[in-house]
Amino acid sequence: MIRLFKVIVFLTCLLPVGMLAWRGFHGDLGANPLEFITHTTGDWTLRFLLITLAVTPLRKLAKQYWLIKFRRMLGLYAFFYGLLHFTTYLWFDKFFDWHEIVKDIGKRPFITVGFLALTLMVPLAATSTAWAIRKLGKRWQALHQLVYLSAMAGVVHYLWLVKADIRKPAAYGVGLAILLGYRVVVWARQTWQPSRAGAPVLQPATTPESFLERA
Amino acid sequence: MLVKSRDPWFIPSSEVTPKSVSVNRREFLQGATTAGALALAAGAIAGLAFPEAAEAAAKIAGVVKSPFSTAGEKLTPFKDISSYNNYYEFSTDKYEPAELATNFKTRPWTVTLDGLVKNKQVLDIDQVLKLAAPEERVYRHRCVEGWSMVMPWIGFSLSTLIKRAEPLPKAKFVQFTTILDPKQMPGQRVGVLDWPYTEGLRMDEAMHPLALLCFGLYGDVLPNQNGAPLRVILPWKYGFKSVKGIVRVTFTESEPATAWNKAAPGEYGFYSNVNPKVDHPRWSQAKERRIGEFFKRDTLMFNGYGDQVAGMYSGMDLKKYF
Repeated sequence: MIRLFKVIVFLTCLLPVGMLAWRGFHGDLGANPLEFITHTTGDWTLRFLLITLAVTPLRKLAKQYWLIKFRRMLGLYAFFYGLLHFTTYLWFDKFFDWHEIVKDIGKRPFITVGFLALTLMVPLAATSTAWAIRKLGKRWQALHQLVYLSAMAGVVHYLWLVKADIRKPAAYGVGLAILLGYRVVVWARQTWQPSRAGAPVLQPATTPESFLERA
Repeated sequence: MLVKSRDPWFIPSSEVTPKSVSVNRREFLQGATTAGALALAAGAIAGLAFPEAAEAAAKIAGVVKSPFSTAGEKLTPFKDISSYNNYYEFSTDKYEPAELATNFKTRPWTVTLDGLVKNKQVLDIDQVLKLAAPEERVYRHRCVEGWSMVMPWIGFSLSTLIKRAEPLPKAKFVQFTTILDPKQMPGQRVGVLDWPYTEGLRMDEAMHPLALLCFGLYGDVLPNQNGAPLRVILPWKYGFKSVKGIVRVTFTESEPATAWNKAAPGEYGFYSNVNPKVDHPRWSQAKERRIGEFFKRDTLMFNGYGDQVAGMYSGMDLKKYF
């Protein structure tokens, strides 16, 4: 059952890139196709980051603990769309002119911070295998908190790109603030309200072990 | 001043290429299969009943060639020009103005000439359009965002309108104001820019023969999303200087406030001449993507109109007066 559900989610997550391919094939990417591809892949990177970050709050607040089984896939999709976004930039904007690319990353703050957002995702994607999770133990948890920074950098990247209308990046910012705020509240309650005997203890953050158990 | 003149056999593109040919072929076919049959039937009936109405009523009559038109450029298809618009009064999304502006009312419409002029007046739009013979001018258009197009505009030199107002010697600048109408323009209900949109030029820039008072595109009336019924086109400046939907032209002694400059003074200067050597603080202006092309091309100084306009800025530090 969960296997079938995983296949469905996997295919659903491919819809945005499938839509791009379909529209591209039919010459329906608008007057500026490369801009459309860049914006679409960038949007979906942020969306998948937020969806991934929503898994933990959702499974705890709604007591839907099985949701953890989808977190890795969703996170990897964020990385996948981030890579597509970056490749679009390298290829269609800079045409692999490495000198220009290095200059751009150093000189343009919105590109610097976007590059940072993607770079921070690399170790997360690399350590997403069961073997790496087991191997890293407790450190896996700490390492994967980089996703918070990556998502923040991603939102700032978008915010620094727009000309005057900040509504869309601000919406991502609000979404991210809520998801990170949840974690701050959980962390604060665990730190400052040590559990009294008999009082319900907040479910601790997912440990790598529990992740594997449920996966 | 050196002005490249057109060959005597020059024919306006509107006479060579009917707009239908410029429209995407597939879309044309799709249209033919769906609404086409209906339109043909309706057209046939209308053609029988009113023979004159069967002629494209909106076509601009008597368009003449212009020595100020740009030669040697491939025109951007009408479909792209009319579907990819920065018109924040309607939406900050470039594909939305085309739809949101469909029912925009361009009549009745008046243009007020005021400020430091001898002849303050309110002109009806149809009076304005008759001030001179309509000319077709092919111009390159460079957006500050890094894309470009080539459009066959129709209009006449802005100086024609200015002369009519008879500016006083004190008038050193011209300010243009776009219509303020949040009921018709949903983008104006959001404070993205300080509405109404205003733009400005130095008097010599406004009087320059390349500065076009524009009301047509591809032989036809200007589409609403492209700034109907009246806009200016300043081909050597970034696109946002070419203000759309003009209702007021005010002559001033000091430099007028401009919408984008107010929004981000460090990013959009009063002059905003196309300049590949002066980057936008956040991105490079060295290259541009011509709509319809895959590879980027180098951006030209003054968008390639340096021979005509560079003289107006001699001695000015263009890094400072960006």
